[in-house]
Amino acid sequence: MHPGNFVPPMIRLTGIRKSYRTGSNVLQVLKGIDLHIGRGELVSIMGSSGSGKSTLLNILGILDNADSGEYLLDGLEIKGQNETKAAELRSKYLGFVFQSFNLISFKNAMENVALPLYYQGVPRKKRTEMALAMLEKVGLKEWAHHLPNELSGGQKQRVAIARALVADPKVILADEPTGALDTQTSQEVMDLLLHVNRELGLTVVIVTHEHDIAAMTQRVIRLKDGRIEDAHGDPKAMLSNPTSDVR
Amino acid sequence: MFDREKWGEVFESIGKNKLRAVLTGVSVFTGIFMLIMLLGMGRGLRNGFEHGFRKNAKNVISVRGGSTTKPWKGMPPNRSIQLDNADLQAIRRGVSQVQYSSGEYSLWRGESVLNFEEKYGNYGITGIEPDYWHVETQIMLQGRYINEPDQQEGRKVIVIADDARDKLFGSIDPIHQWLQVNGVPFEVVGVYKFESNQGQNQRSKVFIPLSTAQRVFGAYRDLDRVYMTLGDASVPEAVKAAQRVISILSARHNFDPTDPRAVWVENRLENYVKFAGIFWAINVFIWIMGIGTIIAGIMGVSNIMLIVVKERTREIGVRKAIGATPASVMGQIMMEALVITALAGYGGLLLGIATLESIATLLPGGPMFREPEVNIGIAIQALVLLIFTGTLAGLIPARHAARIRPIEALRDE
Repeated sequence: MHPGNFVPPMIRLTGIRKSYRTGSNVLQVLKGIDLHIGRGELVSIMGSSGSGKSTLLNILGILDNADSGEYLLDGLEIKGQNETKAAELRSKYLGFVFQSFNLISFKNAMENVALPLYYQGVPRKKRTEMALAMLEKVGLKEWAHHLPNELSGGQKQRVAIARALVADPKVILADEPTGALDTQTSQEVMDLLLHVNRELGLTVVIVTHEHDIAAMTQRVIRLKDGRIEDAHGDPKAMLSNPTSDVR
Repeated sequence: MFDREKWGEVFESIGKNKLRAVLTGVSVFTGIFMLIMLLGMGRGLRNGFEHGFRKNAKNVISVRGGSTTKPWKGMPPNRSIQLDNADLQAIRRGVSQVQYSSGEYSLWRGESVLNFEEKYGNYGITGIEPDYWHVETQIMLQGRYINEPDQQEGRKVIVIADDARDKLFGSIDPIHQWLQVNGVPFEVVGVYKFESNQGQNQRSKVFIPLSTAQRVFGAYRDLDRVYMTLGDASVPEAVKAAQRVISILSARHNFDPTDPRAVWVENRLENYVKFAGIFWAINVFIWIMGIGTIIAGIMGVSNIMLIVVKERTREIGVRKAIGATPASVMGQIMMEALVITALAGYGGLLLGIATLESIATLLPGGPMFREPEVNIGIAIQALVLLIFTGTLAGLIPARHAARIRPIEALRDE
């Protein structure tokens, strides 16, 4: 049921703490997070706003550093790296999917997908090839030369997923990937993420506040007030208990 | 290879935001255009000035007697100093820098009447030595100039200017005609054209040998003025020569060498250099203005790039999230600024040069202004300035961009 218990975890957090200083106040956002996410696992992180789920995602995404605690990503300790090193690690290990897609508006779908490869120093021709192949996998090959504003929301998010996948990451971090989409397209995007998890064996972490989205994952991690309330929530319970504390 | 990719990214980003790039470039375009115009116009002024000076020998010192204002060695002030032939000889012996020299004794226009038969005219009669030829440029139209035998023998020969010829002789060939100078007959040996920007009255000078002038007009050995040319002496050398002249005259005439009015010394090279100094100052002024204009342009670019960075915060955040290093973000913004500055500046440079060229073609060269131009050296300096300032313009916005935290950039509000 919980693969994280049997194979070396892809993500392992121990005692992660993070606080933000706003003026004279110090706000404790993460108050000691211990978490394992296994290789090839598909988990969701849920929590009310202010529970610290975005901060946790930032730390997982090496976009922010924890104040204390240990973060092992694929056995590698993530600690005290400078921005350049962080950029390299992100480029090598992680693919991001955002709520508002964050495609670059003046680049067409193919160019957007190819961008991570550019930062890895892949030559242009090879980049184009790989980006087109990835767009084909997400079913948007014929949209390759369209600008983002010519695409629907679901198509944009599929392009964003293709971009996250193109550099062959180990973990996909999705922050409210369906937050800007209607139910129908949400389902399409989730199907794609499930497919990615199942067929490519990628570890996928989805931050969401939607129960039906969480219900499609293998495990629900519930955050409350900067602590893990439940690290092994049952996704099926999500649908039967829509009036939980989440949102 | 990687560099070509980088440039591709830069040009793509600029190409997709053409209006913004053009607006950004306009300030730099204007700045460089103004600098080139200013420099070219300054050059035009200078060319006009130098053209005017070209006609005269530049290294000329002239001395004339004055009146003492300071007591000296028991002598009272207010003594007038009269130069004579012996002073000229002493200067020739004592001042090594002298190349050509001539004494001058002259009658003013009002003091002299020339007539040929029934035609009369007033002209300044100037007694000079043959080397006066080197002091001021004159163009011989007919006959010859005053020569050494004329001076040695005190011949009554005269060289007249073209206007005197026209007035006195009309269509008659004046050469070997005899005219009267205050009733004394002189033989016309030459006609010249006076090339000078020193004023109209100079045109009506007529020249006779110095020795003749002194004898005929009862001046004995007196001189009104002594001219000397100094070859290609530098300004300090010319000043030294002038001081030497004063000290020689001070010893011979017993006056205080520091007396400013005992003798009047005019150093034309010094005047030239004074003018040249003014042009140097104008040039400095132009550069300051031009650089100021460019700085304003650069500030414009920098300012707009800052706004661009602000506007593109999210894009930069995305780039960073998917693997862009701070250095690559910084490099891209700086290169964008540089490309915009360089292209716009180059455009300004070309338009500036084209405008100057057409002004030079359309405007006839006058004494104040002729042939505005920028030389290749200045163009290169302007280009170097552009590249430097372009990089500078990008620096601050690029640092801002590099500091963007992806988390903040990507936060959904």
